[in-house]
Amino acid sequence: MHVIAEGLFTDEATPRLIGGRHRQSGRIVFPCPPGEEFEPWPLAREGKLWSFTVQRYRPKSPPYAGPEAFRPWIVGYVELPGEVIVESRVVGIGFDEVRIGMELELTLVPLDPDAANPIMIHAFQPKGASA
Amino acid sequence: MSDVYIVGIGIHPFGRTDGLSGLDQGVYAVRQALSDAGVDWQQLQFAYGGSDAAGNPDTMVERLGLTGMQFINVRNGCAAGGSALFSAQMAIKSGEFDLGLAVGFDKHPRGAFNALPAEYNLPDWYGEAGYMITTQFFANKITRYMHEHGISPTTLGRVAEKAFRNAVHAPHAWRRAEVPLDEIMNAPLVSDPYTKYMFCSPAEGGVALLLASEKKARELGRPLIKLKAATMRTRPPGSFEVFAPCIDIERGGSATNLASAAAFEAAGLGPKDIAVAQLQDTEAGAEIMHMAENGFCADGEQEAWLAEGRTEIGGTLPVNTDGGCLACGEPIGASGLRQVYENVVQLRGDGGGRQVPNDPKTAYSHVYGAPGVSAVTILER
Repeated sequence: MHVIAEGLFTDEATPRLIGGRHRQSGRIVFPCPPGEEFEPWPLAREGKLWSFTVQRYRPKSPPYAGPEAFRPWIVGYVELPGEVIVESRVVGIGFDEVRIGMELELTLVPLDPDAANPIMIHAFQPKGASA
Repeated sequence: MSDVYIVGIGIHPFGRTDGLSGLDQGVYAVRQALSDAGVDWQQLQFAYGGSDAAGNPDTMVERLGLTGMQFINVRNGCAAGGSALFSAQMAIKSGEFDLGLAVGFDKHPRGAFNALPAEYNLPDWYGEAGYMITTQFFANKITRYMHEHGISPTTLGRVAEKAFRNAVHAPHAWRRAEVPLDEIMNAPLVSDPYTKYMFCSPAEGGVALLLASEKKARELGRPLIKLKAATMRTRPPGSFEVFAPCIDIERGGSATNLASAAAFEAAGLGPKDIAVAQLQDTEAGAEIMHMAENGFCADGEQEAWLAEGRTEIGGTLPVNTDGGCLACGEPIGASGLRQVYENVVQLRGDGGGRQVPNDPKTAYSHVYGAPGVSAVTILER
Protein backbone atom coordinates (compact mmCIF):
# COMPACT_ATOMS: atom_id res chain seq x y z
CA MET A 1 0.00 0.00 0.00
CA HIS A 2 1.20 3.47 -0.94
CA VAL A 3 0.48 5.99 1.82
CA ILE A 4 0.84 9.76 1.43
CA ALA A 5 3.63 10.20 3.96
CA GLU A 6 6.03 8.27 6.15
CA GLY A 7 5.33 8.26 9.86
CA LEU A 8 1.63 8.95 9.49
CA PHE A 9 0.27 5.41 10.00
CA THR A 10 1.35 2.46 12.16
CA ASP A 11 2.56 -0.64 10.33
CA GLU A 12 -0.32 -2.89 11.39
CA ALA A 13 -2.96 -4.94 9.59
CA THR A 14 -5.42 -2.29 10.73
CA PRO A 15 -3.29 0.86 10.79
CA ARG A 16 -3.67 3.64 13.32
CA LEU A 17 -2.74 7.29 12.92
CA ILE A 18 0.49 8.26 14.64
CA GLY A 19 0.23 11.33 16.80
CA GLY A 20 2.83 12.78 19.13
CA ARG A 21 2.86 12.79 22.93
CA HIS A 22 4.70 15.63 24.62
CA ARG A 23 7.24 13.93 26.85
CA GLN A 24 6.85 16.46 29.69
CA SER A 25 3.20 17.54 29.65
CA GLY A 26 1.57 14.47 28.12
CA ARG A 27 -0.30 16.65 25.62
CA ILE A 28 -1.16 14.73 22.47
CA VAL A 29 -1.03 16.28 19.01
CA PHE A 30 -1.34 15.15 15.39
CA PRO A 31 0.76 14.59 13.37
CA CYS A 32 3.86 13.81 15.44
CA PRO A 33 6.18 16.83 15.21
CA PRO A 34 9.85 16.25 14.37
CA GLY A 35 12.40 16.50 17.15
CA GLU A 36 12.80 15.03 20.60
CA GLU A 37 10.06 16.90 22.47
CA PHE A 38 7.29 14.55 21.31
CA GLU A 39 7.29 10.74 21.20
CA PRO A 40 5.29 8.92 18.51
CA TRP A 41 1.89 7.94 19.89
CA PRO A 42 -0.54 5.66 18.03
CA LEU A 43 -3.96 7.27 18.25
CA ALA A 44 -7.31 5.65 18.99
CA ARG A 45 -9.06 4.31 15.88
CA GLU A 46 -12.50 5.37 17.04
CA GLY A 47 -13.98 8.71 17.97
CA LYS A 48 -16.89 11.09 17.62
CA LEU A 49 -17.43 13.77 15.02
CA TRP A 50 -16.66 17.18 16.58
CA SER A 51 -17.43 19.38 13.56
CA PHE A 52 -17.60 19.18 9.77
CA THR A 53 -18.09 20.97 6.48
CA VAL A 54 -18.11 20.02 2.80
CA GLN A 55 -15.21 21.00 0.56
CA ARG A 56 -17.18 22.10 -2.51
CA TYR A 57 -14.44 23.40 -4.83
CA ARG A 58 -11.18 21.93 -6.02
CA PRO A 59 -8.27 23.19 -3.91
CA LYS A 60 -5.48 24.98 -5.76
CA SER A 61 -2.45 23.01 -6.96
CA PRO A 62 0.10 23.25 -5.60
CA PRO A 63 -0.18 22.23 -2.84
CA TYR A 64 -3.20 19.97 -3.61
CA ALA A 65 -2.03 16.75 -5.31
CA GLY A 66 -5.43 15.15 -5.95
CA PRO A 67 -6.95 14.46 -9.36
CA GLU A 68 -8.09 17.20 -11.75
CA ALA A 69 -11.57 15.72 -11.67
CA PHE A 70 -13.22 17.04 -8.54
CA ARG A 71 -15.91 15.54 -6.36
CA PRO A 72 -16.82 17.36 -3.13
CA TRP A 73 -15.86 15.69 0.14
CA ILE A 74 -16.69 16.04 3.82
CA VAL A 75 -13.85 17.38 5.96
CA GLY A 76 -14.26 17.55 9.70
CA TYR A 77 -12.69 17.12 13.10
CA VAL A 78 -12.93 13.86 15.04
CA GLU A 79 -12.55 13.77 18.81
CA LEU A 80 -10.51 10.79 19.94
CA PRO A 81 -11.49 10.41 23.60
CA GLY A 82 -8.81 11.44 26.06
CA GLU A 83 -6.34 12.19 23.26
CA VAL A 84 -6.93 14.95 20.71
CA ILE A 85 -9.33 16.22 18.04
CA VAL A 86 -7.92 15.38 14.57
CA GLU A 87 -8.79 16.87 11.21
CA SER A 88 -9.90 14.29 8.67
CA ARG A 89 -12.03 13.55 5.68
CA VAL A 90 -15.27 11.76 6.55
CA VAL A 91 -16.42 9.08 4.10
CA GLY A 92 -19.21 6.55 3.73
CA ILE A 93 -22.01 8.94 4.58
CA GLY A 94 -24.11 11.44 2.66
CA PHE A 95 -23.66 15.19 3.03
CA ASP A 96 -27.18 15.44 4.48
CA GLU A 97 -26.72 12.61 6.98
CA VAL A 98 -23.51 13.67 8.69
CA ARG A 99 -24.04 14.83 12.30
CA ILE A 100 -21.88 16.14 15.12
CA GLY A 101 -21.46 13.43 17.74
CA MET A 102 -21.73 10.47 15.37
CA GLU A 103 -19.43 7.51 16.07
CA LEU A 104 -16.63 7.10 13.57
CA GLU A 105 -13.66 4.82 12.93
CA LEU A 106 -10.44 5.29 11.01
CA THR A 107 -10.06 4.04 7.46
CA LEU A 108 -7.76 4.73 4.52
CA VAL A 109 -9.04 6.08 1.22
CA PRO A 110 -7.37 6.81 -2.12
CA LEU A 111 -6.53 10.44 -2.89
CA ASP A 112 -7.40 9.60 -6.52
CA PRO A 113 -9.98 6.80 -6.69
CA ASP A 114 -9.25 6.27 -10.42
CA ALA A 115 -5.49 5.82 -10.03
CA ALA A 116 -3.99 2.35 -10.60
CA ASN A 117 -1.78 2.46 -7.53
CA PRO A 118 -3.41 5.25 -5.53
CA ILE A 119 -1.86 7.29 -2.76
CA MET A 120 -3.78 6.53 0.43
CA ILE A 121 -4.84 9.19 2.95
CA HIS A 122 -6.62 8.97 6.28
CA ALA A 123 -10.36 9.32 6.67
CA PHE A 124 -13.03 8.38 9.17
CA GLN A 125 -16.20 6.46 8.35
CA PRO A 126 -19.31 5.56 10.36
CA LYS A 127 -18.40 2.92 12.94
CA GLY A 128 -18.87 -0.60 11.64
CA ALA A 129 -19.20 0.52 8.02
CA SER A 130 -16.49 -1.82 6.81
CA ALA A 131 -17.70 -4.83 8.86
CA MET B 1 2.44 60.32 28.17
CA SER B 2 0.51 62.19 25.51
CA ASP B 3 -2.98 61.23 24.43
CA VAL B 4 -3.21 60.29 20.77
CA TYR B 5 -5.69 61.65 18.24
CA ILE B 6 -6.63 60.70 14.70
CA VAL B 7 -6.50 63.95 12.74
CA GLY B 8 -6.68 62.77 9.15
CA ILE B 9 -8.16 59.84 7.26
CA GLY B 10 -7.91 58.62 3.69
CA ILE B 11 -8.99 55.57 1.76
CA HIS B 12 -8.66 54.15 -1.71
CA PRO B 13 -11.89 52.32 -2.55
CA PHE B 14 -11.69 48.58 -1.89
CA GLY B 15 -12.34 45.95 -4.52
CA ARG B 16 -10.52 45.49 -7.81
CA THR B 17 -8.66 48.38 -9.40
CA ASP B 18 -6.86 47.21 -12.53
CA GLY B 19 -3.89 49.35 -13.45
CA LEU B 20 -3.16 50.53 -9.91
CA SER B 21 -0.67 48.68 -7.72
CA GLY B 22 -1.29 48.15 -4.04
CA LEU B 23 1.31 50.82 -3.33
CA ASP B 24 -0.48 53.26 -5.68
CA GLN B 25 -3.61 52.75 -3.62
CA GLY B 26 -1.68 53.34 -0.40
CA VAL B 27 -0.23 56.58 -1.79
CA TYR B 28 -3.73 57.69 -2.86
CA ALA B 29 -4.98 57.10 0.68
CA VAL B 30 -2.06 59.01 2.23
CA ARG B 31 -2.66 62.04 0.00
CA GLN B 32 -6.32 62.04 0.96
CA ALA B 33 -5.46 61.81 4.66
CA LEU B 34 -2.96 64.69 4.37
CA SER B 35 -5.57 66.82 2.67
CA ASP B 36 -8.17 65.85 5.29
CA ALA B 37 -5.85 66.93 8.11
CA GLY B 38 -4.58 70.01 6.25
CA VAL B 39 -0.93 69.04 6.60
CA ASP B 40 1.92 68.40 4.16
CA TRP B 41 3.91 65.17 3.80
CA GLN B 42 6.96 67.22 4.83
CA GLN B 43 5.47 67.76 8.29
CA LEU B 44 5.18 64.04 9.10
CA GLN B 45 7.84 62.77 11.47
CA PHE B 46 7.31 59.03 11.11
CA ALA B 47 5.27 56.29 9.46
CA TYR B 48 4.39 52.66 10.03
CA GLY B 49 3.18 50.78 6.96
CA GLY B 50 1.56 47.36 6.59
CA SER B 51 1.24 45.22 3.48
CA ASP B 52 1.06 41.46 3.15
CA ALA B 53 1.37 40.85 -0.57
CA ALA B 54 1.94 44.20 -2.28
CA GLY B 55 5.52 45.12 -1.56
CA ASN B 56 7.40 47.25 0.95
CA PRO B 57 5.37 50.20 2.25
CA ASP B 58 8.44 52.38 2.89
CA THR B 59 9.06 52.59 -0.86
CA MET B 60 6.18 55.09 -1.00
CA VAL B 61 8.60 57.81 0.14
CA GLU B 62 9.76 57.92 -3.47
CA ARG B 63 6.26 58.97 -4.47
CA LEU B 64 5.45 61.26 -1.57
CA GLY B 65 8.74 62.96 -0.89
CA LEU B 66 12.27 62.03 0.21
CA THR B 67 12.15 63.87 3.50
CA GLY B 68 14.33 61.35 5.30
CA MET B 69 11.53 60.48 7.69
CA GLN B 70 11.51 57.33 9.80
CA PHE B 71 9.39 54.70 7.99
CA ILE B 72 8.99 51.22 9.47
CA ASN B 73 7.37 48.33 7.62
CA VAL B 74 5.03 46.03 9.52
CA ARG B 75 4.34 42.48 8.41
CA ASN B 76 2.10 40.75 10.90
CA GLY B 77 -0.41 38.57 9.07
CA CYS B 78 -3.98 39.77 9.37
CA ALA B 79 -3.00 42.14 12.18
CA ALA B 80 -0.60 44.14 9.96
CA GLY B 81 -2.77 47.27 9.94
CA GLY B 82 -3.59 47.03 13.63
CA SER B 83 0.07 46.54 14.45
CA ALA B 84 1.02 49.59 12.37
CA LEU B 85 -1.56 51.62 14.25
CA PHE B 86 -0.43 50.31 17.63
CA SER B 87 3.17 51.21 16.81
CA ALA B 88 2.24 54.67 15.58
CA GLN B 89 0.24 55.24 18.73
CA MET B 90 3.21 54.31 20.91
CA ALA B 91 5.52 56.64 18.97
CA ILE B 92 3.31 59.57 19.97
CA LYS B 93 2.32 58.35 23.40
CA SER B 94 5.98 58.07 24.36
CA GLY B 95 6.47 61.75 23.58
CA GLU B 96 8.99 60.98 20.83
CA PHE B 97 6.88 62.43 18.02
CA ASP B 98 3.87 64.72 17.47
CA LEU B 99 2.61 63.78 14.01
CA GLY B 100 2.83 60.58 11.99
CA LEU B 101 1.19 58.07 9.74
CA ALA B 102 -0.23 54.55 9.92
CA VAL B 103 -0.85 53.22 6.42
CA GLY B 104 -1.89 49.86 5.03
CA PHE B 105 -2.53 48.59 1.53
CA ASP B 106 -2.70 45.32 -0.35
CA LYS B 107 -3.50 43.66 -3.65
CA HIS B 108 -4.20 39.93 -3.71
CA PRO B 109 -4.77 37.59 -6.66
CA ARG B 110 -8.36 36.50 -7.32
CA GLY B 111 -9.78 33.45 -5.58
CA ALA B 112 -9.09 31.96 -2.17
CA PHE B 113 -5.76 32.67 -0.50
CA ASN B 114 -3.26 30.07 -1.70
CA ALA B 115 -1.07 28.98 1.18
CA LEU B 116 1.72 26.41 1.20
CA PRO B 117 2.25 24.03 4.16
CA ALA B 118 5.91 24.96 4.70
CA GLU B 119 4.93 28.59 5.37
CA TYR B 120 2.89 27.34 8.32
CA ASN B 121 5.34 24.78 9.65
CA LEU B 122 3.14 21.94 8.38
CA PRO B 123 4.11 18.72 6.53
CA ASP B 124 3.66 18.59 2.74
CA TRP B 125 1.02 15.83 2.90
CA TYR B 126 -1.35 18.27 4.62
CA GLY B 127 -1.47 20.41 1.50
CA GLU B 128 -1.32 17.48 -0.95
CA ALA B 129 -4.41 15.91 0.64
CA GLY B 130 -6.40 19.16 0.28
CA TYR B 131 -6.35 20.63 3.79
CA MET B 132 -4.62 23.99 3.10
CA ILE B 133 -7.97 25.68 2.64
CA THR B 134 -8.99 28.60 4.83
CA THR B 135 -12.69 28.15 4.07
CA GLN B 136 -12.64 24.61 5.54
CA PHE B 137 -11.47 26.01 8.84
CA PHE B 138 -14.03 28.82 8.98
CA ALA B 139 -16.85 26.45 8.10
CA ASN B 140 -15.78 23.84 10.65
CA LYS B 141 -15.48 26.51 13.33
CA ILE B 142 -18.98 27.90 12.77
CA THR B 143 -20.57 24.44 12.44
CA ARG B 144 -19.32 23.61 15.93
CA TYR B 145 -20.35 27.03 17.28
CA MET B 146 -23.87 26.73 15.83
CA HIS B 147 -24.17 23.25 17.37
CA GLU B 148 -23.08 24.44 20.82
CA HIS B 149 -24.96 27.73 20.93
CA GLY B 150 -28.09 27.27 18.83
CA ILE B 151 -27.28 29.62 15.96
CA SER B 152 -29.35 29.02 12.81
CA PRO B 153 -28.20 29.28 9.18
CA THR B 154 -30.71 32.12 8.74
CA THR B 155 -28.77 34.19 11.26
CA LEU B 156 -25.66 33.79 9.09
CA GLY B 157 -27.73 34.97 6.15
CA ARG B 158 -28.92 38.02 8.06
CA VAL B 159 -25.32 39.07 8.69
CA ALA B 160 -24.55 39.00 4.96
CA GLU B 161 -27.84 40.73 4.11
CA LYS B 162 -26.98 43.56 6.52
CA ALA B 163 -23.45 43.88 5.13
CA PHE B 164 -24.59 44.48 1.57
CA ARG B 165 -27.41 46.77 2.69
CA ASN B 166 -25.00 48.96 4.67
CA ALA B 167 -22.44 49.00 1.87
CA VAL B 168 -24.93 50.64 -0.49
CA HIS B 169 -24.14 53.85 1.43
CA ALA B 170 -20.36 53.36 1.74
CA PRO B 171 -18.49 54.82 -1.26
CA HIS B 172 -15.33 52.87 -0.39
CA ALA B 173 -17.10 49.47 -0.34
CA TRP B 174 -16.75 46.93 -3.16
CA ARG B 175 -20.09 45.12 -3.32
CA ARG B 176 -22.66 47.86 -3.03
CA ALA B 177 -25.90 46.20 -4.13
CA GLU B 178 -28.43 44.76 -1.73
CA VAL B 179 -28.89 41.00 -1.86
CA PRO B 180 -32.19 39.61 -0.55
CA LEU B 181 -32.00 37.08 2.28
CA ASP B 182 -33.50 34.23 0.25
CA GLU B 183 -30.96 34.76 -2.52
CA ILE B 184 -28.15 34.62 0.05
CA MET B 185 -29.55 31.44 1.59
CA ASN B 186 -30.19 29.71 -1.75
CA ALA B 187 -26.87 30.62 -3.38
CA PRO B 188 -24.33 27.86 -4.09
CA LEU B 189 -22.55 26.49 -1.03
CA VAL B 190 -18.80 27.13 -0.79
CA SER B 191 -18.22 25.23 2.45
CA ASP B 192 -21.37 24.20 4.30
CA PRO B 193 -23.16 26.02 5.90
CA TYR B 194 -21.67 29.02 4.08
CA THR B 195 -23.00 30.08 0.69
CA LYS B 196 -20.94 32.25 -1.64
CA TYR B 197 -22.39 35.47 -0.18
CA MET B 198 -21.25 34.55 3.33
CA PHE B 199 -17.51 34.67 2.62
CA CYS B 200 -15.48 37.78 1.94
CA SER B 201 -12.99 37.73 -0.93
CA PRO B 202 -9.34 38.73 -1.03
CA ALA B 203 -9.29 42.20 -2.56
CA GLU B 204 -7.37 45.45 -2.98
CA GLY B 205 -7.37 48.77 -1.24
CA GLY B 206 -5.44 51.27 0.85
CA VAL B 207 -6.09 53.20 4.05
CA ALA B 208 -4.13 55.96 5.76
CA LEU B 209 -4.59 57.45 9.21
CA LEU B 210 -2.73 60.48 10.53
CA LEU B 211 -2.04 60.46 14.24
CA ALA B 212 -1.13 63.44 16.39
CA SER B 213 -0.40 64.38 19.95
CA GLU B 214 -3.07 66.40 21.75
CA LYS B 215 -1.10 69.61 21.31
CA LYS B 216 -0.68 69.05 17.59
CA ALA B 217 -4.30 67.94 17.16
CA ARG B 218 -5.57 71.14 18.77
CA GLU B 219 -3.30 73.20 16.50
CA LEU B 220 -4.75 71.49 13.43
CA GLY B 221 -8.28 72.25 14.57
CA ARG B 222 -9.84 69.01 13.27
CA PRO B 223 -12.56 67.19 15.27
CA LEU B 224 -10.82 65.58 18.25
CA ILE B 225 -11.09 61.82 17.76
CA LYS B 226 -9.12 60.24 20.56
CA LEU B 227 -7.47 56.84 20.19
CA LYS B 228 -8.33 55.50 23.64
CA ALA B 229 -6.82 52.08 23.09
CA ALA B 230 -5.00 50.10 20.43
CA THR B 231 -4.01 46.55 21.33
CA MET B 232 -2.66 43.52 19.51
CA ARG B 233 -2.49 40.00 20.93
CA THR B 234 -1.50 36.48 19.83
CA ARG B 235 -3.34 33.27 20.65
CA PRO B 236 -3.54 31.56 24.05
CA PRO B 237 -3.47 27.75 24.53
CA GLY B 238 -6.49 25.83 23.23
CA SER B 239 -7.54 28.30 20.54
CA PHE B 240 -8.80 27.03 17.16
CA GLU B 241 -6.90 28.51 14.23
CA VAL B 242 -6.71 28.13 10.48
CA PHE B 243 -4.68 25.17 9.14
CA ALA B 244 -4.98 23.02 12.28
CA PRO B 245 -4.38 19.29 11.68
CA CYS B 246 -5.47 18.83 15.30
CA ILE B 247 -6.96 20.80 18.17
CA ASP B 248 -6.90 20.20 21.91
CA ILE B 249 -9.93 18.58 23.53
CA GLU B 250 -9.65 21.12 26.32
CA ARG B 251 -10.84 24.25 24.53
CA GLY B 252 -9.32 27.62 25.41
CA GLY B 253 -9.91 31.31 24.68
CA SER B 254 -8.79 33.32 21.66
CA ALA B 255 -6.46 36.11 20.67
CA THR B 256 -9.63 38.20 20.33
CA ASN B 257 -10.54 37.61 24.00
CA LEU B 258 -7.12 38.90 25.03
CA ALA B 259 -6.94 41.91 22.69
CA SER B 260 -10.48 42.93 23.59
CA ALA B 261 -10.02 42.70 27.35
CA ALA B 262 -6.77 44.66 27.14
CA ALA B 263 -8.39 47.38 25.03
CA PHE B 264 -11.37 47.81 27.34
CA GLU B 265 -9.03 48.02 30.31
CA ALA B 266 -6.78 50.59 28.62
CA ALA B 267 -9.79 52.70 27.64
CA GLY B 268 -11.50 52.40 31.00
CA LEU B 269 -14.68 51.40 29.18
CA GLY B 270 -16.85 48.29 28.88
CA PRO B 271 -18.81 46.73 26.01
CA LYS B 272 -22.00 48.55 27.07
CA ASP B 273 -20.27 51.91 26.57
CA ILE B 274 -19.64 51.29 22.86
CA ALA B 275 -21.94 53.02 20.35
CA VAL B 276 -20.73 51.44 17.10
CA ALA B 277 -18.48 48.47 16.32
CA GLN B 278 -16.58 47.11 13.33
CA LEU B 279 -15.94 43.40 13.93
CA GLN B 280 -13.88 41.03 11.78
CA ASP B 281 -16.28 39.34 9.37
CA THR B 282 -14.11 37.18 7.14
CA GLU B 283 -17.32 35.17 6.90
CA ALA B 284 -20.79 35.77 8.24
CA GLY B 285 -20.20 33.48 11.22
CA ALA B 286 -17.08 35.37 12.24
CA GLU B 287 -19.18 38.45 12.98
CA ILE B 288 -21.51 36.26 15.06
CA MET B 289 -18.71 34.66 17.09
CA HIS B 290 -16.85 37.93 17.47
CA MET B 291 -19.90 39.67 18.97
CA ALA B 292 -19.48 37.30 21.90
CA GLU B 293 -15.68 37.03 21.91
CA ASN B 294 -15.43 40.81 22.23
CA GLY B 295 -17.89 40.80 25.12
CA PHE B 296 -20.88 42.47 23.46
CA CYS B 297 -23.24 39.56 24.11
CA ALA B 298 -23.23 36.03 25.50
CA ASP B 299 -22.74 32.99 23.27
CA GLY B 300 -26.09 32.18 21.65
CA GLU B 301 -27.68 35.59 22.16
CA GLN B 302 -26.72 36.53 18.60
CA GLU B 303 -29.71 34.56 17.32
CA ALA B 304 -32.10 37.04 18.96
CA TRP B 305 -29.86 40.05 18.31
CA LEU B 306 -29.89 39.49 14.55
CA ALA B 307 -33.59 38.60 14.41
CA GLU B 308 -34.39 41.82 16.27
CA GLY B 309 -32.03 43.94 14.19
CA ARG B 310 -29.94 45.10 17.14
CA THR B 311 -26.78 45.28 15.00
CA GLU B 312 -28.43 47.33 12.23
CA ILE B 313 -27.46 50.99 11.70
CA GLY B 314 -30.37 52.08 13.92
CA GLY B 315 -29.97 49.26 16.45
CA THR B 316 -28.55 49.27 19.95
CA LEU B 317 -25.08 48.28 18.68
CA PRO B 318 -24.61 48.88 14.95
CA VAL B 319 -21.99 46.42 13.61
CA ASN B 320 -20.00 46.77 10.39
CA THR B 321 -21.64 49.96 9.22
CA ASP B 322 -19.74 50.04 5.90
CA GLY B 323 -20.51 46.39 5.10
CA GLY B 324 -17.34 45.04 6.68
CA CYS B 325 -15.11 42.54 4.92
CA LEU B 326 -18.14 40.84 3.40
CA ALA B 327 -18.89 43.91 1.29
CA CYS B 328 -15.45 45.54 1.15
CA GLY B 329 -13.30 42.45 0.58
CA GLU B 330 -10.14 41.83 2.51
CA PRO B 331 -6.86 43.41 1.43
CA ILE B 332 -4.96 42.10 4.45
CA GLY B 333 -2.67 45.08 5.07
CA ALA B 334 -5.50 47.62 4.80
CA SER B 335 -8.47 45.80 6.29
CA GLY B 336 -7.99 46.64 9.97
CA LEU B 337 -7.32 50.29 9.18
CA ARG B 338 -10.51 50.44 7.09
CA GLN B 339 -12.45 49.62 10.24
CA VAL B 340 -10.82 52.53 12.08
CA TYR B 341 -11.41 54.80 9.07
CA GLU B 342 -15.11 53.90 9.18
CA ASN B 343 -15.24 54.57 12.91
CA VAL B 344 -13.74 58.04 12.46
CA VAL B 345 -16.34 58.75 9.75
CA GLN B 346 -19.08 57.69 12.16
CA LEU B 347 -17.75 59.71 15.10
CA ARG B 348 -17.46 62.81 12.91
CA GLY B 349 -21.07 62.32 11.80
CA ASP B 350 -20.01 62.01 8.15
CA GLY B 351 -21.64 58.63 7.46
CA GLY B 352 -24.42 59.94 5.20
CA GLY B 353 -26.91 57.16 4.47
CA ARG B 354 -25.07 54.78 6.81
CA GLN B 355 -24.61 57.27 9.68
CA VAL B 356 -25.34 55.83 13.12
CA PRO B 357 -28.01 58.08 14.68
CA ASN B 358 -27.88 59.93 18.01
CA ASP B 359 -24.37 61.29 17.72
CA PRO B 360 -22.18 58.30 18.63
CA LYS B 361 -19.27 59.11 20.96
CA THR B 362 -17.44 55.77 21.14
CA ALA B 363 -16.40 53.30 18.46
CA TYR B 364 -14.76 49.88 18.55
CA SER B 365 -12.80 47.98 15.90
CA HIS B 366 -11.61 44.39 15.88
CA VAL B 367 -9.41 42.38 13.52
CA TYR B 368 -8.79 38.66 13.72
CA GLY B 369 -6.90 36.33 11.42
CA ALA B 370 -4.03 34.03 10.63
CA PRO B 371 -2.01 32.79 12.38
CA GLY B 372 -4.10 33.48 15.49
CA VAL B 373 -3.70 37.23 15.90
CA SER B 374 -6.12 39.96 16.85
CA ALA B 375 -6.02 43.75 17.07
CA VAL B 376 -8.58 46.03 18.74
CA THR B 377 -9.01 49.79 18.88
CA ILE B 378 -11.38 52.01 20.81
CA LEU B 379 -12.02 55.58 19.70
CA GLU B 380 -13.82 58.35 21.55
CA ARG B 381 -14.92 61.77 20.45
